[in-house]
Amino acid sequence: MPTQDLAAVESIPQTLDMLLTVSASPHIRSEVTVSKIMYTVLLALLPTSLAGVYLFGLSALWVILLGIFGAVATEALIQPLLGKKASVVLDGSAAVTGLLLALTLPPSLPWWMVLCGAALAIILGKAVYGGLGNNPFNPALIARVILLVSWPVHMTRWQSASYLFARSVDATTAATPLGMLKTDGLASLSHLRLLDLFFGYRGGCIGEVSILALLVGAAFLLWKGYITWHIPTSCLAAALLTSGCFWVSNPQQYANPLFHLLTGGLVLGAFFMATDMVTSPITGQGMLIYGAGIGILTIIIRIFGGYPEGTSFAILIMNALCPMIDRYTLPKGFGRSRRRKKNHA
Amino acid sequence: MSIKLKTFLGGIHPPDQKQLSASHRIEDAPLPKRVYLPLTQHIGAPAIARVKVGQKVLKGEKIADSEALICAPIHASISGTVVDIKNHPHPSGSEVPTIIIESDGRDLWFQEPHNGQDPLELGPEEIRGMIREAGIVGLGGAAFPTHVKLSPPEGKPIDAIILNGAECEPYLTADYRLMVEKAKEIVQGLRILLHVLGVERGYIGIEANKPEAISAMSKAASSFPQIEVVSLKVRYPQGAEKQLIKTILNREVPPPPALPLDVGVVVQNVGTAYAIYEAVSLRKPLIERIVTVSGRGIKEPKNLRLRLGTLFAEAIGYCGGFQGKVEKILMGGPMMGLAQYTTRVPVIKGTSGILVLTKEECPQAAEASHCINCGLCVRACPMRLVPSLIGTFCEKGLLEEAEAYHVLDCIECGSCVYVCPAKRHLVHLMKYGKSAILAKKRKQPKA
Repeated sequence: MPTQDLAAVESIPQTLDMLLTVSASPHIRSEVTVSKIMYTVLLALLPTSLAGVYLFGLSALWVILLGIFGAVATEALIQPLLGKKASVVLDGSAAVTGLLLALTLPPSLPWWMVLCGAALAIILGKAVYGGLGNNPFNPALIARVILLVSWPVHMTRWQSASYLFARSVDATTAATPLGMLKTDGLASLSHLRLLDLFFGYRGGCIGEVSILALLVGAAFLLWKGYITWHIPTSCLAAALLTSGCFWVSNPQQYANPLFHLLTGGLVLGAFFMATDMVTSPITGQGMLIYGAGIGILTIIIRIFGGYPEGTSFAILIMNALCPMIDRYTLPKGFGRSRRRKKNHA
Repeated sequence: MSIKLKTFLGGIHPPDQKQLSASHRIEDAPLPKRVYLPLTQHIGAPAIARVKVGQKVLKGEKIADSEALICAPIHASISGTVVDIKNHPHPSGSEVPTIIIESDGRDLWFQEPHNGQDPLELGPEEIRGMIREAGIVGLGGAAFPTHVKLSPPEGKPIDAIILNGAECEPYLTADYRLMVEKAKEIVQGLRILLHVLGVERGYIGIEANKPEAISAMSKAASSFPQIEVVSLKVRYPQGAEKQLIKTILNREVPPPPALPLDVGVVVQNVGTAYAIYEAVSLRKPLIERIVTVSGRGIKEPKNLRLRLGTLFAEAIGYCGGFQGKVEKILMGGPMMGLAQYTTRVPVIKGTSGILVLTKEECPQAAEASHCINCGLCVRACPMRLVPSLIGTFCEKGLLEEAEAYHVLDCIECGSCVYVCPAKRHLVHLMKYGKSAILAKKRKQPKA
């Protein structure tokens, strides 16, 4: 019978019907993929990585390369055990985790500790939960915190930043501004200039020191649309506000808000760690709450905690609260909200 | 631009691809040798054949109808002989009873269209009857019988009618061409609609990327102060009924089973308004429609006036046939259209487009990876749902959870799938979830 029907249309090759693909709509898709997002994040971290190497020398480059290598190698070893395809190894997510970890480490950390951390990030941070998308906590920060409690001395041995690229291996050690604040009080910070802090001429983790480089990368991600303004804005605003309250109450005892903003890992955390899609809320409203929580907790930990810096802890704590935040901030659905929102046109 | 265009929350910006066919004037397709008229061309009860095999029929003659409340009659779209009534492939993917008419080549009318009485002097009930008898259904794609939509229940006052000229699906230009070429007739159709429902306000919503249509429609409507042409921001799915009402009137239709008439609005496609004009002013039943035949797999994309029942294969033949590596043939647009397994399916009342897409245009769906919680689908969803979560519930068979997160509100617009970086088949999952939930609900009262 089909031949009879087709007789009317001799021009149509009869075999064509065999070749058609049938699937549910939609039939077109955007070109964004998970790996494209991951590689874009890597690119956005390039200015920060370069600044780290410029400021701390080749030892920083080693830490960065080892971090990425360690994470990708661990992913390659562990994927077959999880029964996943080998292609996942190159989707860029392991490389992002490795790089993010490296950027939160001191430039002089022994190579085997870096590898240890990278492996921990992939295994304990991600794989044990079932791989990318299932992890409740930021994998890089999980590893950083494990390293911090396991080898506290190495993890807090800082190197001073230099104007020169070429430098000797035994670089001078220097405390971080937050470390000085914790141990020696506000008076010890009088020599610091805010502009130096902005460009990154201070002791600290490889990727946290140059605020300028971080902002360049963050602007790129915002422009690409892979992060939104919500988390960084609310995080930094809450940190400014919280530290501002303390500062106003007693400027002799507490550091000013700008100092808090420009030191430690707050900016790195706000733009690149807290915005990790997997471990942050899904709606704008949730993101605002989550970001604000990170900003407030970071300052509280810095001022009252045993550690001079609190960004990592703050993000991990808010990671834990994420499902609950999501629960209360999910959209209500079209035609379901009580209060009619004004049309934004 | 100082004027901010009206829009809605959510949505996406797929490349519109309308340049392929937008400048082609509507062309009458050659008379088909055979037409295949399925008894199911609308939402509701299938029509019942009123003709027998071997019977001679004339163009515009009613050949199928039913007493059911929600149904629309079907008319012969050519003159000739009924050669068979049997199951035939339907664009929905199944086979349905279909009346097959062989042309006698003369194309004679059962009743020649003619200018009748001024429609605005007719009573609403009379006009509703004419619309029903003409077999008119929503021509935007949903194919809901129009006379039912024009009979709001008591106690549900209607105060606005919106004509949908958004045509937000990529590729499709049928409504666009109609607005450019038949603006006066569409406005006349809207005036008939306003008259039937006794409504004072009529709107025509058109996306801002169709300036020619906006100016043509504005000109045609200029002498009718009750009709306003509204320019809409280009954003898919602007043409979805609920989003259109929200954009133009800032009213939110509550979740199903509520309908637009619950917020006092009736929405009709511009093509439907044109068909209403033809039915009421010219006494012409629905036997043809404008169809965009496009896609990069088509040699000469066109906007054709096709007789209902023309096979896709034939329509494609009128447009020079295929070119390149054909991957999919769709009825409708690429966002919500139905993929066809054969070209032997007929043009039906809801066929707004026949798209032949090449491998480059619609690469085979990649294997889905795990959700990375990026939230792009949440931002894209015009119904303000959480597709990532609902998709997972449907995937795991957690139907109660899916329902609690309002999977039944989903309009299947495909925005979530379009943006998903993990390439998850969310609409597919939600369609499954919806049908499984509805099937369960149908069972429950009996248990």
